[in-house]
Amino acid sequence: MIALLARDLRLAMRAGGGFGLGLAFFLVLAVLVPLGVGPEGGTLAAIAPGILWIGALLACLLSLDRIFALDFEDGSLDLLATAPIPLEGVVAVKALAHWLTTGLPLVLAAPVLGILLNLPGPAYGELVVSLLIGTPALSVIGAFGAALTVGLKRGGLLMSLLVLPLYVPTLVFGAEAVSRGAQGLPVATPLLLLAGITAGSTALLPFAAALALRINLR
Amino acid sequence: MTPTPRPSLWEYANPVKFMRLSDWLLPLTAWLAAAAIAVGLVWGFFLTPDDFRQGSTVKIIFLHVPSALMAINAWAMMLVASLVWLIRRHHVSALAARAAGPVGAMMTLIALFTGAIWGQPMWGTWWAWDPRLTSFLILFLFYLGYIALWSAIEDPDTAADLTAVLCIVGSVFAVLSRYAAIFWNQGLHQGASLSVAPGTRMDWAYKAPLYVSMTGFGLLFLALVLAGTRTEIRARRMKALINRERMQG
Repeated sequence: MIALLARDLRLAMRAGGGFGLGLAFFLVLAVLVPLGVGPEGGTLAAIAPGILWIGALLACLLSLDRIFALDFEDGSLDLLATAPIPLEGVVAVKALAHWLTTGLPLVLAAPVLGILLNLPGPAYGELVVSLLIGTPALSVIGAFGAALTVGLKRGGLLMSLLVLPLYVPTLVFGAEAVSRGAQGLPVATPLLLLAGITAGSTALLPFAAALALRINLR
Repeated sequence: MTPTPRPSLWEYANPVKFMRLSDWLLPLTAWLAAAAIAVGLVWGFFLTPDDFRQGSTVKIIFLHVPSALMAINAWAMMLVASLVWLIRRHHVSALAARAAGPVGAMMTLIALFTGAIWGQPMWGTWWAWDPRLTSFLILFLFYLGYIALWSAIEDPDTAADLTAVLCIVGSVFAVLSRYAAIFWNQGLHQGASLSVAPGTRMDWAYKAPLYVSMTGFGLLFLALVLAGTRTEIRARRMKALINRERMQG
């Protein structure tokens, strides 16, 4: 499993386009939003928590099809499915690799983009913590969506239709935690609920995703 | 002497038996639905008094509540049918789930639109990001994804399997979204209009036609799902016949 993780990470680093793409998208979004809504600090501060979370969500979504599609095309997914490790484990490792290459960079870059969006001072801790807790759920839910659509020729658009509604609870609790932090309110409740969603989907969704992969590989 | 098999619901998982049953059940439910909806709506619209605060706008409830009820129950029926398909592999079940998708989506749309029409004079706005409204919109998105996945996959069994998995996962996330929406924003929408709890707030003058209309919508849903399932079964048979011809020719 560690070998698989290392392989996926190496592929993401060296294949180009995969690793930095989500991050670049995040940056572009943070630049475009002030251009669209105007440079007033108050407006930006009010919408910054939501924009940062939606940016993280979309950046994750962009790179989802890379989780399984390339391996499906060259046949290595068939080998992984017949390998001695269970397919659920393969899904979990691939989701972890996706998180390490997409989610974690987003977490690290978010405070910098928070400055661009005039995020109020006290919310930076909550921003980093909520993204750290929440982005694994985005990767796992996304892996499920990618597993559902892996056999399709042009599954990308369909996958966003399937995955984005599933992201609703994560987005609500994540953005809520940041905006509560910005107003100086206690943030324990949304953070705990967010952690619950991450824990629940990490525990259960690999099974659903593995089931979907088996159906697609049949 | 062989014992006669006990009649069971699972018999109708056989497409031939299902077709024979729905042959007379479909017109029956369709006519009953038409009658109940006609009675419920005419009674509701013309024979009930105006509400002392809401005036005549209250009467949209006879469309709004039944369609909202069926929008949720259609998803519940899809969930049960998907589980039956995954566990017992009855094709009729998968096709019934597929037939229920568009009907449920339409019911959700009707509920959203009638709600908007009522909300404009009453709340002074067509739309508010109220938890109930928001979760219905999200439910509509789930329906869209479900229908899109069905139509995107060519192999019928793969499509049935994958949509069933999506339906199960989607159910969990739809419930989560519902509570997330409640957490996210306190709403404008009033509580449940009907409740089994004592001290119900609605007068029988409204409740009776509402029940008739709800029964009508339930029957309408049943009739539409039966019709859709029959269409799907016929389409499958036709495809099988064409394939057989091709093999022989």
